[in-house]
Amino acid sequence: MAVTPRTVEELTRAEAPRPGWASAVRDFVRQRPLGAIGALIVVVMVVTASTAGFLAPYDPLETDYAAMLGAPDARHWLGTDAFGRDVLSRLIYGSRTALMVGLGASLIGTVFGAVIGVSSAYFGGRVDLVVQRVMDVFFAFPVIILALAVVAILGTGAQNVILAIAVPMVPRCARVVRSSALAVREMPYVDAARAAGFGHRRIILRHMLPNVMAPILIMMTAFLGEAILLEASLSFLGLGVQEPIAAWGLMLRGAAVQFAESAPWMAIFPGLAISLGVFGFNLFGDSLRDALDPRLRTQ
Amino acid sequence: MASYILKRLLAIIPTFLGVAVLIFLLLRVVPGDVVEARYMGEGGQFQSQDQMQIERKKLGLDQPLWKQFVDWMSGLARLDFGLSMWTGAPITEEIKLRFALSLQLALMATAVATLLAIPLGILAAVKQDTWIDYAVRVFSIAGLAMPSFWLGILLILVLLVVFHWLPPMVFTPLWVDPWQNLQQLIWPALAVGYRYSAVSTRMMRSAMLEVLREDYIRTARAKGLWLKLILSRHALKNAMLPVLTIISLEFAFLLGGLVVTEQVFNLNGLGMLFVESIARRDYTLTQALVMLVATFFLVVNFAVDIAYAWLDPRIRYR
Repeated sequence: MAVTPRTVEELTRAEAPRPGWASAVRDFVRQRPLGAIGALIVVVMVVTASTAGFLAPYDPLETDYAAMLGAPDARHWLGTDAFGRDVLSRLIYGSRTALMVGLGASLIGTVFGAVIGVSSAYFGGRVDLVVQRVMDVFFAFPVIILALAVVAILGTGAQNVILAIAVPMVPRCARVVRSSALAVREMPYVDAARAAGFGHRRIILRHMLPNVMAPILIMMTAFLGEAILLEASLSFLGLGVQEPIAAWGLMLRGAAVQFAESAPWMAIFPGLAISLGVFGFNLFGDSLRDALDPRLRTQ
Repeated sequence: MASYILKRLLAIIPTFLGVAVLIFLLLRVVPGDVVEARYMGEGGQFQSQDQMQIERKKLGLDQPLWKQFVDWMSGLARLDFGLSMWTGAPITEEIKLRFALSLQLALMATAVATLLAIPLGILAAVKQDTWIDYAVRVFSIAGLAMPSFWLGILLILVLLVVFHWLPPMVFTPLWVDPWQNLQQLIWPALAVGYRYSAVSTRMMRSAMLEVLREDYIRTARAKGLWLKLILSRHALKNAMLPVLTIISLEFAFLLGGLVVTEQVFNLNGLGMLFVESIARRDYTLTQALVMLVATFFLVVNFAVDIAYAWLDPRIRYR
């Protein structure tokens, strides 16, 4: 292997790497190309969602009965739906719904799950036993069944869907975080904190929680993709986000299936958007897990 | 071993009771009841309150909650699920055919997932860090990202456009006409199986990678054994345990978890029944369904634990 001569400047930089944002990003891209692709998709999605009003060629709610079920052309790049609404514009606005529900649900799910998991590990004994048995109960339900039950109680609509998706995530996050927190509880600094007379809440929130951030972040990114998928499933069933709000799962409902043969663009593009979004979050999440979890780093 | 089995069996009971209490209470929190739900479609506001009260009395909804719960539980203990509050028919009758459908679909989807996951996972592990490995990983992550109901729509679309053929839309049980039955169920099984193969493929790959680094594999190689033989005889057996766990747990969830796929393929399975029964506030039917799905999960989970302990004696003594 040929070694290129290096200047003093380069050598000192190599020995004392400055962990700046730019270099961290560069390393991530170099070492994990798949993760970088995922991150790119995520960034594109975030930008699309935040500039939807500027990007979308039409109002996503504007109906045009003269252009019903129109095939993709120069005016409507991805065609129109059964109400003559522009599919592209609805896709662009739909990314807002997907991100809002995805972020909201995984944030609520992981925050509650993490606090329950850490507390369960910290108190141990009978508290731990009871909490674990309760979590077991939630585990026995398929995710979609639990989400549907919550929707039945709270009703449909974006906010309720966020809660419905967050609920099944709480026990799963709690279990993972608990196992990490069990190790943290044995650390001297937790004993020190107790000896210093700090209250339970302070020890849990200030001393233990920050030290299990890695599994929490991993769970959160893993949940994000899943939450987007679940929102699409619920909306597809008509039990999620309601018309006329632009949501990808909702776009696949009803007319999209009914006219799948004559107007396939209505069925294809929203599904592509869901898949691409979830794909991006999963790729990114996977690489983040590899980068954050030292046990997996060797593999 | 016997004491281990007993211990695991006893551990199921509190979970089972917990599920029962949870679903019982959840349903009572849902606004409205079956009587209101029924009259809603027929202009509920014109129904007299007295009439509705009589209906409620007939269904036992006027009883205190604890009494309803005890009645339900004592029925369950005798394996008597009771009558559906909506149709009045015995719940076993309501569920029978749909259970057969959901079970068959879950089995077929699991078969598809297994047939995809094991060879692909091994391939990716053996060819680690080559383009084959990357392709397998992208294939499986893509499977995880695609909603199976969308995959189902695409499948139907392809069949329709390319072959000018649609799978039969009315369910025929396997024992009536196997060919007709398979024609209908193979498509959802493919769509769901592909999605569920993703996790097992990755598990197969990482388990295989771990095993391939073991000393006995190196010894086998040093002996000059054929790679195929090493993989099938030495590596696969030891790598299968975690993969089997993942596959069986996914199978357990598939029984009740296919709500959306059933909708796309117009299948009247347990998932659709669940959505219907919840919309009708049919407490008895919803409870029975949830108990069925949860019990199925607990039993499969239990079986996996036992199989694990049987295959790996270290676990029993922990």
